Amino acid sequence: MKRLTSLAAIALALSLSAGCAHRRTANELPPEPPSATATAEADEGQVQDNGIAPAALPGSRADFLQTVPSDRVFFDFDSFALDDQDRTTLDAQAAWLTRNATVRVTIEGHADERGTREYNLALGDRRANAARDYLESRGIAASRMQTISWGKERPANPASSEEAYAENRRAVTVVPE
Amino acid sequence: MKPLLALLALVLASAGQAQTDPQPAEPPPLEVDVTGGQRAALPIAVPYMPTPQEAATAAGGTGALGRQVADIVATDLRNSGLFTPIGPGGLHAVSFPQVTAPDFPYFATTGAQNLVQGFVQANANGSITVGCYLYDIAAQNELTRQGYVIQPRDWRRAAHRCADAIFSRLTGEGAYFDTRIVYVSETGPARRRIKRLAIMDYDGANHRFLTNGQWTVLTPRFAPNQQTITFMTYQDERPRVMVYELDSGRTRPLVAGPNMTFAPRYSPDSRYIIFSMAIGGNTDIYRIPVAGGTPQRLTNSPGIDTGGSYSPDGSRIVFESDRGGSQQIYMMAADGSNPRRISFGGGGYATPVWSPRGDLIAFTKTGGFRIGVMAPDGSGERILTGGGYAEGPTWAPNGRAIMFTRGASQGELWYVDVASGATRRVPTPLGGSDPAWSPLRP
Repeated sequence: MKRLTSLAAIALALSLSAGCAHRRTANELPPEPPSATATAEADEGQVQDNGIAPAALPGSRADFLQTVPSDRVFFDFDSFALDDQDRTTLDAQAAWLTRNATVRVTIEGHADERGTREYNLALGDRRANAARDYLESRGIAASRMQTISWGKERPANPASSEEAYAENRRAVTVVPE
Repeated sequence: MKPLLALLALVLASAGQAQTDPQPAEPPPLEVDVTGGQRAALPIAVPYMPTPQEAATAAGGTGALGRQVADIVATDLRNSGLFTPIGPGGLHAVSFPQVTAPDFPYFATTGAQNLVQGFVQANANGSITVGCYLYDIAAQNELTRQGYVIQPRDWRRAAHRCADAIFSRLTGEGAYFDTRIVYVSETGPARRRIKRLAIMDYDGANHRFLTNGQWTVLTPRFAPNQQTITFMTYQDERPRVMVYELDSGRTRPLVAGPNMTFAPRYSPDSRYIIFSMAIGGNTDIYRIPVAGGTPQRLTNSPGIDTGGSYSPDGSRIVFESDRGGSQQIYMMAADGSNPRRISFGGGGYATPVWSPRGDLIAFTKTGGFRIGVMAPDGSGERILTGGGYAEGPTWAPNGRAIMFTRGASQGELWYVDVASGATRRVPTPLGGSDPAWSPLRP
């Protein structure tokens, strides 16, 4: 009994020291299974057994998507500048990455369809690097992050509208499954 | 438009004078009427081509081939926008002896000014001979003749060569029908678009895929010597420039290293490729031998420098840069020295491409996506066509036509005549984007 208590105390101390916004103790259950909306993009196209959802194991993509306010930041037209909201999002991502120190991520940069193809490849690269540089400034090792630009080749929203363009001008932090 | 028409008339007149015909017959005056901003097209009769003896070939009977060759010659001439072909259907049949002794009085009644006749003949060794003759109907004389000995499977090329000879003889401009297009074939929803490298004749025939669609590919370009194609691929999720060898079908990366490379373009001598490389969010233009080697940096600005294109003599490079705050066209020496801005109109400019003739630079005008041309010093800017996300011009080898991409979610290939601005869609089996026009085939 005494041994179990001391283990719980160590676990509590560890989780507190991580500065976790979502406090957990060893007595808590594993995180809730991800909701359908939270993992729509991550699990799209996968056939799941009826009624059995994958567990959001710590360090997994599902855990990341559940924990951070967003896996992506958005940019103004032809811009790669981060605003306060983007920094808040990236701060939360940095915190998660600090807690899950073995996870490597890919940061995808994207553009809307209103630029020429090659320019947009360069612009997507700028956006991915803007997010990457900020995460690095928050203590995430450069060796854990790689970038890829998709230009306008992979829109999140295929429509041709201001709303769609705003969704597509993005940098997405992708955690492996 | 008018100066060009006058030039066309002059070329025709001088061509007529160059005839060695003992009777100095002046060619009839060319129709140079300008109707609604469009040049009136020249009527030209193209009857079916007979065969001296019906024979089976690997590509069908010689009689059928003669009809198909005439169809393609007529279509090529119509596609140019400078001719109104009459026939082949509806014209009197031409007998083999008549190929060199045309029934001029009959063809004069069709309203045509010129006449194309020819024949298809099977040879003992399995090849075929295609004959191609151009006549002036009013003057009743021969303007040019061409003969092609080819394998039967290449019969379409003989038809394009015939059309090229007629086009060049009557317009004084370079040929461009016996060419190919390499482009990106597109299918599927925008979020998961499948993009495959594909190659076809300029008119869409002989279409085949060069990649299987597993990885997204972009922006192919023909080497001027037509031995390789360079393009960008996302193979293994590593976006970079590759070189495809047309003979062997082998593909290899152009540049070693982890950085994204894109926007490849050949030097006119086919020895180098200039390309863009993004390092840590900054994109500059580099040069490397086609065979590989160490990249040599040509631009050094904190902006996005991309879309480089050599002048035909290889001495200069035109490129786009946002170093001044917006996308504009700049010119520099081939070694990267003396960069200076040449575009000063409203809005942004992208994807400059130097004409093979050297006289014009085609570009995409951003904000509205229009295709235009300007002189290499930036003067004389002229918008040719626009709408529907037009971008990415590529020149026909004679510098009088441009192909480009239209459409964002579903790409299409389009053709625009530089003189008239007339456009037409280029047929592709699926969607298409990023066309690159080959030089004339050897």
